[in-house]
Amino acid sequence: MNIHEYQGKELLRQYGVAVSYGTVAFSPEEAVKAAKELSTDVVVVKAQIHAGGRGKAGGVKIAKNLDEVRTYAKELLGKVLVTHQTGPEGKEIKRLLIEEGSDIKKEYYVGLVLDRQTSRVTLMGSEEGGVDIEEVSENTPEKIFKEVIDPVIGLTGFQARRMAFNMNIPPKLVNKAAKFMLGLYTVFIEKDASIVEINPLVETGDGNILALDAKFDFDENALYRHKDIVELRDFDEEDSKEIEASKYDLSYISLDGNIGCMVNGAGLAMATMDTINYYGGTPANFLDVGGGATAEKVTEAFKIILSDKNVKGIFVNIFGGIMKCDIIAEGVIQAAKEVSLDVPLVVRLEGTNVEIGKKLLNESGLNIVAAGTMADGAKQIVELVG
Amino acid sequence: MSVYINKDTKVLVQGITGSTALFHTKQMLEYGTKIVAGVTPGKGGTEAEGVPVFNTVEDAVKATGANVSVIYVPAPFAADAILEAVEADLDMAICITEHIPVLDMVKVKRYMEGKKTRLVGPNCPGVITPDECKIGIMPGYIHKKGHVGVVSRSGTLTYEATHQLSEEGIGQSTAVGIGGDPVNGTNFIDVLKEFNEDEDTYAVVMIGEIGGTAEEEAAEWVKANMTKPVVGFIGGQTAPEGKRMGHAGAIISGGKGTAADKIKAMNEAGIEVADTPSVIGETLIKVIREKGLYDKCKTH
Repeated sequence: MNIHEYQGKELLRQYGVAVSYGTVAFSPEEAVKAAKELSTDVVVVKAQIHAGGRGKAGGVKIAKNLDEVRTYAKELLGKVLVTHQTGPEGKEIKRLLIEEGSDIKKEYYVGLVLDRQTSRVTLMGSEEGGVDIEEVSENTPEKIFKEVIDPVIGLTGFQARRMAFNMNIPPKLVNKAAKFMLGLYTVFIEKDASIVEINPLVETGDGNILALDAKFDFDENALYRHKDIVELRDFDEEDSKEIEASKYDLSYISLDGNIGCMVNGAGLAMATMDTINYYGGTPANFLDVGGGATAEKVTEAFKIILSDKNVKGIFVNIFGGIMKCDIIAEGVIQAAKEVSLDVPLVVRLEGTNVEIGKKLLNESGLNIVAAGTMADGAKQIVELVG
Repeated sequence: MSVYINKDTKVLVQGITGSTALFHTKQMLEYGTKIVAGVTPGKGGTEAEGVPVFNTVEDAVKATGANVSVIYVPAPFAADAILEAVEADLDMAICITEHIPVLDMVKVKRYMEGKKTRLVGPNCPGVITPDECKIGIMPGYIHKKGHVGVVSRSGTLTYEATHQLSEEGIGQSTAVGIGGDPVNGTNFIDVLKEFNEDEDTYAVVMIGEIGGTAEEEAAEWVKANMTKPVVGFIGGQTAPEGKRMGHAGAIISGGKGTAADKIKAMNEAGIEVADTPSVIGETLIKVIREKGLYDKCKTH
């Protein structure tokens, strides 16, 4: 789960991690009010959307007085911002961060991420801040430093200082930078983050080290123990069908095609998409109903698929293990009763309780095309959709 | 022969009184798995599906000599259940539970360093040695005893591949689901090593998916060490970048972990990769025919 920059900075502040000061604003009036309370003449007006590359796309403005704050706020709010991370459709700006201008002397990068190879949280840092870190990693990998963290003792002081020295932070500011990194690690662990990126981390003219931006991503599987983080979720930033699906613990991702898919297991769901593509069709979604689905959840999954107006046919591909085929069949039948099903439906069932499942579908009187294998099912639905 | 588990494996079910665990305990018993104990804290002294239940893993091991545990404990408590199995010095802990917070697994993995227990999973279908021992949630009937090893990051895709093999009369030595999480206990290389050394395994099917670099590392290992033919499949060839496809591990980020990269690495290691999941079985048969292993692998 992602949060906005201003929320990330608020979280950092709670942990004593230095950030530039600012307030969120939802209207030009609020923006001006927020700017009045700041101590600097120069004010930064920053679009708050869940995507990087805002600066380059014109989502960050420097205002020299309150009139400019108002002008920029009016210009940005409601505008659709297209960055290299939003996709061509862009994202509408609904919130702004009104922030004190900083006297930037130099920009750095620090981030914390889980490294899968070592199964450890890893601190990454570079003196090349304020730019796309993936490009730095590609072109000058020697400028990215890593500290692998032992979960028993956490990030240590010497590791943080070594990182600061490696990043060429001026020696007199190394302790401030180390304190910053140690605080960042504490937030990461205590809030079950999966990624924290500070890009840029800046050295200011008056000798401070602070976060000018903050990107957080949290482990969805740990949200149950972080009610405060869940409250930061901004539904405007997410696909409405994905939100609906998450209410029922369904793993759903919207795609561009016209064949709705309902599959159990992430691997099989991906492979089903691949197979539909292979036979010349395009999937409308990724949907893993999971292992513990009830008939009710399957019904909801069906409704979510059908709420996508692009869907011209549905392919249900189930290989039951922990998921039982009869549960799927019950859910499909229930859904077909509740919503008028006017697109072709191809069902392939195999695995746990397959005979009961097939029997239920056969006796339901529904117009279902039965498929023997995944390939057969994919071929049939592609043909039916045309 | 087989890897990891066989007819003598004594199984302990952690979280046995939950509804999913009960259903699958019954299925495992029907398959012939020797389930000797269950554990649910507070339910010690009772029975579940005719299996004695204990309060702790330690008690269960002392009383029954169980050597492998299968974990169905809900996600918030699953990491703790793994630790309990490790502390009891079991040979193996197979964790079926999905949605375990990843930082819990980082700690578990650290705790397990230097310990005896091998962890398989989490978020996996389990391990099966056909006709001998089924531990996990996979449907038993799709398997057939034989000589092809199967290792996979995805549960249902493993079923898909195994089913195709069985339909063609190609049995399996052991099928191991290693799970789709970014931090897991057993990786491809661990299992490939076992299959390489197992006299009864003649060929291997390896099923990966997008995200991470485990398949690339496994391909390197195969190139340098594997003496038996390996065929593969990678799920998520058409998945868009930046979208997490259900499994916490299945995401293409920063252009890394793409299906194309993995397939390339596998091909370079001499691993033939099936174009679609439906032809995994066919691809294996083609390869074992070429290597003159078909008759040895075909179950008569």
